[in-house]
Amino acid sequence: MSFQQWLSMGGYGFYVWAAYGMTALLLAGEVLYLIQQRRARLRTLRRLARMNRSESR
Amino acid sequence: MFRAFRTVLMRDITLAMRRRTDVFTTLFFFIIVISLFPLGVGAEQQTLRFIAPGVAWIAALLASMLALERLFASDYADGTLEQMMLTPQPLAVLVLGKVAAHWLLTGLPLVLIAPLVGLQYYLPPDATRTLVLSLLVGTPVLSLIGAIGAALTLGLRGGGILISLLILPLYIPVLVYGAGAVMASGDELGNVQAYFLLLSAFLILALIFSPWATAAALRISVE
Amino acid sequence: MKQGAHANQGVHVKLNLFRFASPAAFYPLAGRLIPWFWALALPSIAFALYWGFFHTPEILSEQKQYYRIIFPHVGAAWMSMWLYVVMVGWAAVGLVFNTRLSFMMASATAPTGALFTFLALWTGAFWGKTSWGTWWDWDPRMTSELILLFLYIGYMALQSAIDDTRRADRAAALLAIVGLICVPIIFWSINCPDPTQCAALHQRSSLEHVERNILVAMFVMAFGFWMYSFAVILMRLRNIILARERHASWVMQLPEVGR
Repeated sequence: MSFQQWLSMGGYGFYVWAAYGMTALLLAGEVLYLIQQRRARLRTLRRLARMNRSESR
Repeated sequence: MFRAFRTVLMRDITLAMRRRTDVFTTLFFFIIVISLFPLGVGAEQQTLRFIAPGVAWIAALLASMLALERLFASDYADGTLEQMMLTPQPLAVLVLGKVAAHWLLTGLPLVLIAPLVGLQYYLPPDATRTLVLSLLVGTPVLSLIGAIGAALTLGLRGGGILISLLILPLYIPVLVYGAGAVMASGDELGNVQAYFLLLSAFLILALIFSPWATAAALRISVE
Repeated sequence: MKQGAHANQGVHVKLNLFRFASPAAFYPLAGRLIPWFWALALPSIAFALYWGFFHTPEILSEQKQYYRIIFPHVGAAWMSMWLYVVMVGWAAVGLVFNTRLSFMMASATAPTGALFTFLALWTGAFWGKTSWGTWWDWDPRMTSELILLFLYIGYMALQSAIDDTRRADRAAALLAIVGLICVPIIFWSINCPDPTQCAALHQRSSLEHVERNILVAMFVMAFGFWMYSFAVILMRLRNIILARERHASWVMQLPEVGR
């Protein structure tokens, strides 16, 4: 069958893709959020480390 | 041990009697919620009779939950709670005393005012009687489970809403079977006894486990 | 002589296990594990998607294409329940052994569990609309998922409402344990609101009647979600450690920090 046909999932395209779409969105979103959170925390730690070093001079 | 229980019970009741408005606010909250539904849903007899068990029970849940904040708050604030935790008496027993007092002051009045619901919602006398009895068995369970929530959220801002968020899911079985009992009493084929057996089982389980869990929660919150 | 040697070995093993109970020791270990879980998760999910979309029988016909929703739905539902048990497990370990890391694991698990619970509800709504005709109908399984979502949110709310980390961890842990104990009772009461009879829409389906290819896709996707959970939870755990342990010297000496 054609790609169009496959995409429409026998008429249920909206439902199937809404379900899969949200799943993909949230799972990917969670990962991206955690990566960004890690970067932010490392930035804070580096700033802290710099402050400590400059204090101890 | 029983003396410790009785002492705490009498103390809490005496203190509450000095500030009687607290007792009445819970009661009037219940009455107001009960009175709001016919205004919002329409006063048609059939409808009201149908929704009465659920409405009465939900109002009882909410009223019971509002009163929970005060269960440990004042004792926590003035240091009495810490003193209680230092006594040789098992904390669970003291907790049971406080919860018993709490129920007598907030749960029991709901049981006694329940016939009013029967009146406002056109319930047949059988259903009203079942409602009163189900509340009698069920509201202590609400107080017992709620005490755990009150102990966990001791001294936190947003306490009341937070308790609701934590405790309402745990109230669901009591709600389902309490309201169910009243609905079954309207059915000739309904087996009301089965509901009461379940509610009694919940009460016994709650009596055994909840004071102990509440005591553990208090230790976590106060140490 | 022999007994003494054995006793020594026992102590040696016990010390070894607890060695990883400190955030400092577990942080690098978690870092090394994460890529492996991604290596397991991504191919599994990809395979499940491929199998589910291209190898399941068209016998089920054009009219039933929507059944593909079941793959993420079942996986998410299983994960939502499993992760709650895992969360309570770590909470209990924390309360018993008083180890900080256990509480951090429980906190790391909660958001992912809540996410899967929401996904179970979301995909469940689309499944319901296509196979039964309604978005929602209070059937016991879906209602139970809703309650589970409340339990997760309650846990996270209580933790964030308490400023003192130690009290927050332990209070939320106790709440989670109480929740787990009540869960069977809650689920049962929703399933059997009339004590004399229990009914459910989901109960009609039993795994024996499901076609083999569908089962394969379902299980592989659930496995993929499980590996994903490991990866994501360990990532979150490392972030939690970075935040909570930032005053510890070992953190300052991490390669990613010290420049």
